[in-house]
Amino acid sequence: MPWPMAFYPADPFALLRRVSDALDRAAIAGAAPIFPAVNVWQNDEAAAIVAELPGVGPQDIDITVKEDVLTISGERRAPELPEHAEWLRRERAYGRFTRAIRLPFRVDTEQVDARFADGVLRIAVRRPEADRPKRIAIKAG
Amino acid sequence: MSTELASTTSQTPAAAPEAVRNTPIWRPLADIQQTREGIVLMVEMPGVAPEDVDITLERRVLTIRGRGRQPEPEALRAVHREYEPGDYERAFTLSEDFDESGIEATMKDGVLTLKLPRAAEARPRTIRVSAA
Repeated sequence: MPWPMAFYPADPFALLRRVSDALDRAAIAGAAPIFPAVNVWQNDEAAAIVAELPGVGPQDIDITVKEDVLTISGERRAPELPEHAEWLRRERAYGRFTRAIRLPFRVDTEQVDARFADGVLRIAVRRPEADRPKRIAIKAG
Repeated sequence: MSTELASTTSQTPAAAPEAVRNTPIWRPLADIQQTREGIVLMVEMPGVAPEDVDITLERRVLTIRGRGRQPEPEALRAVHREYEPGDYERAFTLSEDFDESGIEATMKDGVLTLKLPRAAEARPRTIRVSAA
């Protein structure tokens, strides 16, 4: 009796891979990930905030700092579709975004440094001199 | 760490063998347009400089690789992580023959734009049927 080949493919893992790929795609389409994703580093005197913003021009990014909250907002513009063209795949998201990050200290607004390269935004902030913890010397006596 | 990342970002591992260096390989997100002249691919690879992109087209399989470079700040400790910097890799099987020499690639703000023009002989031609 000939086996129906559609159900017994030569590669038994092909179907499994197909299901797994389909699930991956569904997860991308269904979830609304936080945009932009940020990583934060800090110590007692400074902090660094790094965000992935591919496809956003530096002119479309606004950074504001108030007290201990740093806000990154802006817009990611959708690419234009030329005439007589059609989308075959759309996986990237577009539109306005905003993210507020609370830092463990008040930020010195005079000492904020922001750089943007290859779709990655790097912000360095410093704690004002006056707010930094001071070591108190204990006097003998 | 990996479950935490999955909940906040859309980073998906690439369908590629493991890297030798201790960096994840992500599958970059892509937008694809079909135009009259061919197709346009927009692939986002944040942290990849233009000189770190590698594109190959072999037997209708277009492979895009990007090496990410995101140095960690010095003298600071990581307190919050929503994404893991890594390399990127993704391959596409093209349905038609494209003109290899005419492929244009530009990298801007972490997005690779690839324009693949259709090969002259692959462009649709109309064949007139003459009445006998």
